[in-house]
Amino acid sequence: MTATLSRPDTDPAPVPAKGLGRVRSRRRWVVAGFLGPAVLGFLIFFGYPLVATVYYSFTRYDLINAPQWIGFDNYVRMFTTEPLIGTAAYNTLWLVIVLTICRVLFALGVASVISRLKRGVGLIRTLCYMPALAPPAAATLVFVFVFNPEFGPINRFLRWVGVEGPLWFSDPAWSKPSLTLLVLWGSGELMIVILAALLDVPHELHEAAALDGAGPARRFWHITLPSISPVLLFGVVNSMIFALQFFTQAVVAASAASGQSDVAGSTQYIGAPQNTTLTYPIWLYVQGFRYSNMGYAAAMAVLLFVVSAAFTLVLVRQLRKASHVEESA
Amino acid sequence: MTATLERPRTGGSPVVRRRKQSWQRTLYWVATHALGIAMGVMFTLPVLLVLLTSFMQSDQAMTASIWPDVWHIENFAEVFKRAPMLTYMLNSLLYSLLATLGILLSAVPAAYALAKLKWRGQNLAFMLVVVAMMLPPQVTIVPLFDLWVRMGLTGTLVPLIVPYFLFDAFSIFLLRQFFLTIPKDYLDAAKIDGCSEFRVLTRVVVPMAKPGIAAAAMFCFLFTWNDYFGPLLYTAENRDSWTLSLAIASFRGMHHVEWNLTMAATVLTLLPAIVLFVVAQKSLVKGITFTGVKG
Repeated sequence: MTATLSRPDTDPAPVPAKGLGRVRSRRRWVVAGFLGPAVLGFLIFFGYPLVATVYYSFTRYDLINAPQWIGFDNYVRMFTTEPLIGTAAYNTLWLVIVLTICRVLFALGVASVISRLKRGVGLIRTLCYMPALAPPAAATLVFVFVFNPEFGPINRFLRWVGVEGPLWFSDPAWSKPSLTLLVLWGSGELMIVILAALLDVPHELHEAAALDGAGPARRFWHITLPSISPVLLFGVVNSMIFALQFFTQAVVAASAASGQSDVAGSTQYIGAPQNTTLTYPIWLYVQGFRYSNMGYAAAMAVLLFVVSAAFTLVLVRQLRKASHVEESA
Repeated sequence: MTATLERPRTGGSPVVRRRKQSWQRTLYWVATHALGIAMGVMFTLPVLLVLLTSFMQSDQAMTASIWPDVWHIENFAEVFKRAPMLTYMLNSLLYSLLATLGILLSAVPAAYALAKLKWRGQNLAFMLVVVAMMLPPQVTIVPLFDLWVRMGLTGTLVPLIVPYFLFDAFSIFLLRQFFLTIPKDYLDAAKIDGCSEFRVLTRVVVPMAKPGIAAAAMFCFLFTWNDYFGPLLYTAENRDSWTLSLAIASFRGMHHVEWNLTMAATVLTLLPAIVLFVVAQKSLVKGITFTGVKG
């Protein structure tokens, strides 16, 4: 009965070197086991195709005959002779600029109204977020219907107040703004991210500024905006990447508004009206998978990769900053 | 990342409160709430209009009326008669459910390794995940499509589902963010008790991160249910493998005069997302705020 209640005094670290090595190599296997499928998947679905895309971009390839090396021809064609890629790039650039600005400002506006509500916050937040969940193909149909030039409720309302509404999705001048409205309607996710950031701004700062005599506008500019600027930057980059990939809504809107195409079967209405909704990813898809110009599509993909990677790097830096804050906290 | 979406109801400091005149505060209250209600209406109205139209008769759907004269519930039955909607729905379900199962099996351990184990190259690996998440799918499709063609699997749902069982960047990213918030002490305690890493993951981390995992699963379900580009690419040639998202885009083409039927089909496509949202609003909102960067 000499048992003591204190820990037996075995020194903390006399583990033989060999044993430590075994522990380490076992840990390595554990990590490998957890990551194995992901690494394999990354290599197959991301690493390999990225490298292969670069190779294909130097070839003529139609999926049936073997790829044929043609050097820089695809790139030369991209920048010189092929006219529609310019249109597609312009449309995508338009979306990257206009859609990004509108989306962030709109989400900020909606979120700041919600953050000021005292009653019914939950319900209104829910209603604003709901459209973001709608399948883009279905949401686009909803908008094509609501914005129908003849009998759609929007133009009917405009007529009622004495304005003749535009043709929206069927008017070359209005097709991209119409798509932008559609995207704004479904920007609930960004809105919730911004809302969370707004509610995180310390109350005391606002009170202190108010005591010093700062009005609402000054407080918004000098306190709210700086506090949520990382989130706004996230919204900007996120929206730019979203605009770069813009595909579904433009395809569905073009075909649904022009009225008779089978979306999965025909290219006839892609880009309608007058190629104003032909985005870069759509043209890539049409070139590769409808015209079987896989090599050319690959060259377009390389360019898309370079541009998106640049945007992504900004975001990665932002995320790293955030995760450092998190880990040190 | 602990932002709550309700404002703490502590009120301002008494000094500020006294300064504001009460009529001004009332006016402000009314103005913001009116604006809030207007916003709610703006976001909801299109869906309501579509819902109402889906019950109308074909000719009425093309007129200025909002309320159906006669409620044609049989429009929905008609949709199923006109197109093999049931097949499309089953395909969508198959794609979404299997993909969700896939991320549970593959992304959970990968995210755990990224968040809670220490190894060389961890930061680089995380960056690769973010890059993969952000790149447009069009960048990699040429070789991938080629790969699936050579395996003879285009025209089926296989090329859509299989990747989820190995690597889905968004799920890994989201789950990692959730796992980071679990205090290390719990894991250390379990390890001292002799748990292997695998048991720590299944017995400690997974139960503690249940809301996060639920959010990731729902995002995966929604994304695949809403996916249009993937099904268009791989199943366009074979109508039997179409998903609802793909079918809905063609529905209008097939029945272009009948807006009421098109809208009924649209309602059918919207429904699962709305149901899922009503059931799981909290988790979804939490998931979204986790994908954002903290202010």
